[in-house]
This record gives sequence, structure tokens and C-alpha cells, in this order.
Amino acid sequence: MSTASPTAAVIRTESRLFTRELGSVFWIVLFPTILVVILGSVPSMNEPDPNLGGQRLVDVYSSVAVLLSIIMASLMAMPAVIAGYREAGILRRLRTTPVHPGSLLLAQAGLHALAVLVSLVLVLVVGRVAYDVRLPQDIGWYAVVVLLATAAAFSIGAVITALAPSARLVQTIGTIVFFPSMFAAGVYFPVQAMQGWLHTVVVSTPMGAATEALNDAVVGRTPDLVDLAVMAGWTVVLSLVAVRSFRWE
Amino acid sequence: MIENMLAPAVEVERLRKTYGDKVAVEDVSFRVEPGEVFGILGPNGAGKTTTVESVCGLRVGDAGRVRVHGVDPWTDRDETTRIVGVQLQESRLQPRITVREALEMWAAFYDDPLPWSEPAERLGLADHLDQRFGTLSGGQQQRLSIALALVGRPRVAILDELSTGLDPRARREVWSLVRDLRDRGTTVLLVTHGMEEAEELCDRVAIIDAGSVRAIGTPAELIGGAAAATVTSFEPSEPVDLVALRELEGVADVRVDAGRVTVTGAEDAAVAVLARLASRGVVPHFLRVVDGSLDSAYLDLTLNSTDTTPAEETA
Repeated sequence: MSTASPTAAVIRTESRLFTRELGSVFWIVLFPTILVVILGSVPSMNEPDPNLGGQRLVDVYSSVAVLLSIIMASLMAMPAVIAGYREAGILRRLRTTPVHPGSLLLAQAGLHALAVLVSLVLVLVVGRVAYDVRLPQDIGWYAVVVLLATAAAFSIGAVITALAPSARLVQTIGTIVFFPSMFAAGVYFPVQAMQGWLHTVVVSTPMGAATEALNDAVVGRTPDLVDLAVMAGWTVVLSLVAVRSFRWE
Repeated sequence: MIENMLAPAVEVERLRKTYGDKVAVEDVSFRVEPGEVFGILGPNGAGKTTTVESVCGLRVGDAGRVRVHGVDPWTDRDETTRIVGVQLQESRLQPRITVREALEMWAAFYDDPLPWSEPAERLGLADHLDQRFGTLSGGQQQRLSIALALVGRPRVAILDELSTGLDPRARREVWSLVRDLRDRGTTVLLVTHGMEEAEELCDRVAIIDAGSVRAIGTPAELIGGAAAATVTSFEPSEPVDLVALRELEGVADVRVDAGRVTVTGAEDAAVAVLARLASRGVVPHFLRVVDGSLDSAYLDLTLNSTDTTPAEETA
């Protein structure tokens, strides 16, 4: 029989299960938009800031919010699910069936990516309607950067899942990497306003490079090749490490 | 096709598997005929689980050969998964998946599955279809796990610690399910450390200890071959010479408890004891002669090795 239908069954089931992970749904899909709403309601956030090249903080934070969703999905949500599945013996048990457990991982990655996409649309629409945030001027580059940033962040999560021996440790390490990633994404302080060595260090991380490139696409500039290369480079290296070290049990 | 029908369902030849420097399976060989319920019995850490995991392709042995209906599970995993249904020890499911969703998904994995309601009903899950896995009791989780192993109509079902966590009634139900499986021609490979379970269900049993097979046979053969195949007990009409009884051929042990004499021994020990009593004019009141259990056969075969430390079985 076709191989499509078992895989479809896995995707269907995992989709249902995903909607029951209310925590994930909140942090990935809703929280980034809530952040934009909170910041947008502060009057000073709506003033053009010369330090940000004339952009308002709420403009900058719309991009940050998208990255925040990506970070939530890749570092907090997905590794916990996969590590939990591994620890419960689900992946191992699937290996005794005609379905490869890899299809479960792919379903999870796809669902988390979809949640990020929904979150992104929500952030853009709410920002546009409520706070007059301009939509990305270069949609093509915007899409490329989001894709690269998602791939880079997911591969960080994949490495953590692959290397940490227990579900608990996966969550601990995920949380430890979570905060610097948020910092690099400009959640606490806009990357565009960072100076000197701090800026250099931050933009050589996947999330720092993503922030810059995403902002370029938003204002209609072509992103720097260096930023794109940083994201792509991290993705290749990290996913190779993850694939080589991943254990099904 | 004819070849396939004559071939054994499961063939394990000189299997060896080590984890680092720990030897989990030293040297295990057995054949399971199609339609047989074959038990693998042994103490914890004997290598039972490693053996069946090598049969279903989850592990690849360091040496030896395994065939399942002619398929090599170490190189042809895909084909093996279509033939074999596996219930693993300590294997859980997604905490929020419902019983129905699990059964539906598992049924979709196979070309010609059972209607999933059938094993669900049989295993007493029909009233719990919408309950999430995480809220099921241990016994219900175990029954679901068994249902999933069977929903794909496997030709060979591997059940590891089948009745762990089940109450006596559920255990009886699961046992009757295994008998039905056999009646339908499914081969069952049953890992257990329950003697009663092995005696009830298995056509043949392999007793494994410290990674090696100690004995293979029907439960009756194993019991009959043991030093304590029969247990004879009676209340003698007058005192008897216990030392003399102990020296009779085939007698393994004589005990007296509250005036009742209990003699354990080989198959014909009872006859020798009764002949001896008759010759002395002693009447054995309340005479009982019963079969020894697989328990005693098992203890016989595995006792000698308690001083060795077998590698821990990895769950």
C-alpha cells in the first residue's frame, strides 16, 4: 500500500496533539503579538528614534517578536516534546512498526514551523492595524530571512535534543540557551543600537544575524550577505552535529 | 510460498550480544514453529529482552543469525516490521493521545489491519476510547500496548512481560487472548518471568540464564526432567523412617510438617515411596500426589548460576 497514508496518520495525530499543548500554543503563537501590543501601547515606543535609523521601537519589536516566536518554538517547545517522546520509548516503539520514527520528528518540526508562521502573520497584521507598523517592504527577502532564521534556530534545538541524555536536561539546556538567544534577537535591547565588540559578537550568532537581516528586509534593503551566511553556516554545522549524534532511544 | 510455510517462524542461531564489556546474550539458539506459543523464561538480566529485541530488529547481534519467516531483521527492517508486532517493556505513548487516536494511527501503519475496535474490545478498552494515555491506569496502558502490537495482524507477536501491572482478572483475559491468537495461527514469542504464565500459555519454553539457554522443552518435559517433578504428601498411620525414604531412588527431599510427610522427587519417586510404605505396613492417609511446578524446574535450572552476575538487561 502507499507509504503516504501511515505518514498522513502520524501527521494527523501529531497535529491534534499539538493543539493540546496549550503552553506551546500560547508562547509561540500568542505571546509575540501580546508583546507587540504591550510595547505599542507605550507612547514613547511610538516616537521615531534616531538611534534606530529613524524607526520607532514598536517597528523594531515587530521583527523581534517574530524571532521570539521562532526561539520559543525551537528552544523551549520542540526539544521538550521530542526528548519526552524519546524518553517514553515512543520513538523506539515506532521503530518496530512500518513507520520510520523520523516521520514523527518531521511532523513535529513542520507543526512548530506552522505555528511560527501563524504567529508571524498575527504579529504583522496586529502591528499594521493597531500601530501602523509598516509591512515588510521586501517580502521576498523577508521570507528568505525567516526561513533561514527558523532553520538555524531549529538546528540549535536539534543539537540540544540530540546531545542531552535526558528530557530534563534537554529542558534545562534549552532554557540556558534561550536567554542569550533572546538577547541576540534584541528582545532586551535593540541589536541595531548595540555598539562595538558587543555588536560584532551578537551579529555572529544565528539570532543576531537574523535580527539585522530581518530588519533590512522590513525597511526594503537587501540583507547583508554576511548575515545570511552566518545563519546558513550555523544551520549546516549544527544540523550535521544533530543528525550524527541523535539517538532514537 | 511452500518453503515459507515449512520454514520456522523464528530462528535464532548462536546469538551473541554485548554492551561494552557486559555480555547480555552469550549464546542463544532456538526455533519457533509457526503457530506456536513460545516462552522465554529467566531471571532479570538473563538476556531475555535483548534476545527478543534482536528478533524484532531493534538490536543487531554481535554474532549469530536470526530469521523471522526467512527475513533477516538486522538487514531488512522494513519487511520485519510488517511481519512482527511488538509489545515492549516500559514503553509509553504520547501523554495526551487518546486510546482511539493511538489505535487509529497504529492501524493506519499496516496494509491489512484488524478493525481497531476488535482488540480494543477484547482488551477491555472500549469504555476508555476517549481517555488520554496519561490518565490511564498502568494496567490499561499495558492493555493498550498489547492491542497496538496486535492491530496490524502480525504473523509473529512478540510480547515482553505481557501481564506486568495487570490485576488477576485482566491477566486471565490477556491469557485467553493469547490462546485465541494461537488458534488463529499467529506465532507468539512470550517473554516472562511468571512460571504460571508460561505453564498456562506456552507450547514450549526456553529457560535462559546468564545469557545462555539452560533448557528448551514443553512445560511438562521441563517439569518432568526436574529433580522435583512430583510432590507426594500423606499422613502416615505410624512413624516412618525418614532417612530411609530420603535414600529411595529419585527422592530429592523429605519434610515433615505437623505430622504430614511431604516427599518431592523425580517422576517415579511417588511409586517408590508407596511401595516402601506398603512393605512396612504403613498406611498413607490423605495421600496426595501432584505435579511439581515449572517453578521447581526453573529453580533447578537457574539456581546454580546465582553466584554469577549477568549483565543488566537494558529496558
